[in-house]
Amino acid sequence: MEVKFLDYTLRIGGEAGQGLQTIGGALAKIFSRKGYHVFTHQDYMSRVRGGHNYYQIRFSNQKVSASRDMVDILLALDLNTIEIHKKSVRDDGFILYDSETIKKKFEAPEFIDVPFKKIALDVGKSSIMANTVATGAVLGLLGLGLENLKEILKSTFKKKGEEVIEKNLACAEAGYNYALTNCPRCEGVEIQEPEEKKFMLIDGIQAIGLGALMSGCKFYSAYPMTPSTGILNYLASKAEEHGLVVEQAEDEISAINMAIGASFTGVRAMTGSSGGGFALMIEGLSLAGMTETPLVIAEIQRPGPATGLPTRTEQADLLFILYAGHGEFPKVIFEPGTPKQAFYLTNRAFELAEKYQIPVFIQSDQYLGDSEWTFENFDFEHLIYNDYRLREKDLEGVEEYKRYRYSDTGISLLAVPGEAGKHLVVADSDEHDEEGHIIEDDETRIKMVRKRLLKKLPLIKKEIEAPLLYGDASPEIVLVGHGSTYGVIKEVVDILSRDRKVAMMHFSQIYPLPERDRLDYIELLEKAKLAISIENNATGQFAKLLRAETGFDFTHQILKYDGRPFTIENLKEEVNAYL
Amino acid sequence: MPTSEDYKGQVPAWCPGCGNFQILSAVKQALVELDIEPWEVLVVSGIGQSGKLPHYMKCHTFNGLHGRTLPVATAAKLANHSMHVIAVAGDGDCYGEGGNHFLHAIRRNPNITLLVHDNQIYGLTKGQASPTTAKGTRTKVQPSGVPAEPLNPLALAISQNCSFVARGFSGDPEYLKELMKAAITHKGFSLLDILQPCVTFNKVNTFKWYRERVYKLEAEYDPYDRMKAFERALEWGEKIPNGIFYKKDKDTLEEMFPTIRETPLVRQKFSIEDVKPEIEKFY
Repeated sequence: MEVKFLDYTLRIGGEAGQGLQTIGGALAKIFSRKGYHVFTHQDYMSRVRGGHNYYQIRFSNQKVSASRDMVDILLALDLNTIEIHKKSVRDDGFILYDSETIKKKFEAPEFIDVPFKKIALDVGKSSIMANTVATGAVLGLLGLGLENLKEILKSTFKKKGEEVIEKNLACAEAGYNYALTNCPRCEGVEIQEPEEKKFMLIDGIQAIGLGALMSGCKFYSAYPMTPSTGILNYLASKAEEHGLVVEQAEDEISAINMAIGASFTGVRAMTGSSGGGFALMIEGLSLAGMTETPLVIAEIQRPGPATGLPTRTEQADLLFILYAGHGEFPKVIFEPGTPKQAFYLTNRAFELAEKYQIPVFIQSDQYLGDSEWTFENFDFEHLIYNDYRLREKDLEGVEEYKRYRYSDTGISLLAVPGEAGKHLVVADSDEHDEEGHIIEDDETRIKMVRKRLLKKLPLIKKEIEAPLLYGDASPEIVLVGHGSTYGVIKEVVDILSRDRKVAMMHFSQIYPLPERDRLDYIELLEKAKLAISIENNATGQFAKLLRAETGFDFTHQILKYDGRPFTIENLKEEVNAYL
Repeated sequence: MPTSEDYKGQVPAWCPGCGNFQILSAVKQALVELDIEPWEVLVVSGIGQSGKLPHYMKCHTFNGLHGRTLPVATAAKLANHSMHVIAVAGDGDCYGEGGNHFLHAIRRNPNITLLVHDNQIYGLTKGQASPTTAKGTRTKVQPSGVPAEPLNPLALAISQNCSFVARGFSGDPEYLKELMKAAITHKGFSLLDILQPCVTFNKVNTFKWYRERVYKLEAEYDPYDRMKAFERALEWGEKIPNGIFYKKDKDTLEEMFPTIRETPLVRQKFSIEDVKPEIEKFY
């Protein structure tokens, strides 16, 4: 018997509002619970109903970290999906559809007509359950059993009562059996069983939210904006249980000022938005810089300028964030490559923000934000929690507290107003003296710039970790990426490594750039025969940053600015063109 | 028991004769009389001549951005509702640059006090019209006269059912202090708009001009009557009423968050152990 489908791609397409996320989310969870490695990505329009969206799931017995162009199973909830994606289905693939719903019948061997709606009406007495039938049918096609789906249906419909659960279970089973018995092509095909493992399944946005929660974030204020809204949703859903205050602000200006107000008052605070919303926050960013208020800001990119492509992806805000804020003050920018990195870097963002009393960015984009990955676990040993805020007992022995007292490191004691005994905490957006009161003299100004910025900078730089090198240790070809391109570059390196000395150099700690003592990445780039910078933007912003900071100039770049992420096939093709 | 001396701060850099001086002494005196210690108060201010006020006092201070006083003050109260939080702003600061925050602070109803130094002119930037400058007033920037109607902060606040709406006059510091005490002790968002003559740039609304017009709301006036309050808030011109126009008792913002009903957020301990189970939900 032929063993196939070690690397399987399923694409679910339809209109907004048809339940793609529910079906996709359930299937991704089922695969990860069965022990498969999963990677999902979402392609959706900025509308609540209609149009065309898809949800793609790749699952495998090996680690997967990007999407493929070609599809093994297409689940089409409308005719449009078949017309758009038919060409992406492999010759031995399947297209699952309901001819009655889309009012068209296809005879080619890859088409499997399952009457989702009729089964739902017959078995569940409601057409609403057509999606449950379809989910069951996909599992039937793959012969993966119904156990995990049943578990998910039970928990999803727990609040709706026994009857709804029973009907859904029956619909899933009917869909499963129908596909199993009506797929002549499926015979002789066997899905290899995974190892006995259970993976966690998490997307980039959830990982940032979880990272914030597990870093002691107690206050989150934001204004909804795709694709950053998921952080607000996640933290709001945890607020009551874990003692957070989450406030939807009237605008992003208020959001960042609230986060600063809460942080000044002594709680770990965060705000988040996408490019346009962050643009409104910039004066507040500068305020955090001047008042030395610890602050974590999530900036989840989508293509601009202006409203741009609200639900799509791009890495075009890097230099914008780097230069954001009038005046000079230190800041840190992280841009994770995986949800796991997003989790740890969010934790690190809180640590550095509070240790150095600076704003720290966790920058990402729609692609990583909405992509689910599987991991065995996130271990807690690497989580950092140091409370740098000082209360009355911590300040014993401090005769006269001054919020901005000069020090060798530039870092002053961070007291909590109202909790610091009789000590008073004074912060000012004007240039100020050690106590925090307005000044205008040049001498104090110079001292304060040194304290706030120049003394802290070298210390902060030492905290930044070297870029990650994956593949050949002394590569001839280096593919350089930052942030969300991690997964796809890694897979392309795996493919090219079969007959070349190739490596990925990935930066997730973008600014300040890492020092070169731990890994001389510039030397490595200079030694390589070919170094290619790969970015999801039109002007090569990371390459510009690297040139400005190190003098290294890329001769080759691969830039994608169609609002879509790289896929393995299209990146491989572009790299091959340079070989 | 604190004394006025405990609240003594930096030497003010306001113009001699400025209406801000009486506001400063009234705030200090109000806090002393309410037996509130300097370390129990946070004053949040914006930018403008009013924004300098907390520097001339001695208490916890956050002197932030122009117009952004209320978001900072609101969040500070959410983070530690055991502190008295007083937001200090000017008319341009609060009703212009920060107008949106003003509306939403009324809606949220945090238990904070908002003191607006309303001099109907921009002082720090030297004499441009503010949102409360009378229509037709000629300034350097509006040489043909201010083209827009002035904002009526009291009527606006009452229309949005603001929890406490009052007006004082810096030319009557004794009564102003009493209004401040009422605002600070009121549970909910308290707006105290303070008529404050700008002796340098506002040649119309002078101390004399106000003294001829200002009067106190009658002793029998009922601040819980919203329609009446709205009517009195529209009185402006020959006669300008001062006093507590409107009161509405309602839940504060802090009370709406179950997580901080018992213990202020800032005193809640964090432990990674408590949140660890959240990771299980991703399996």
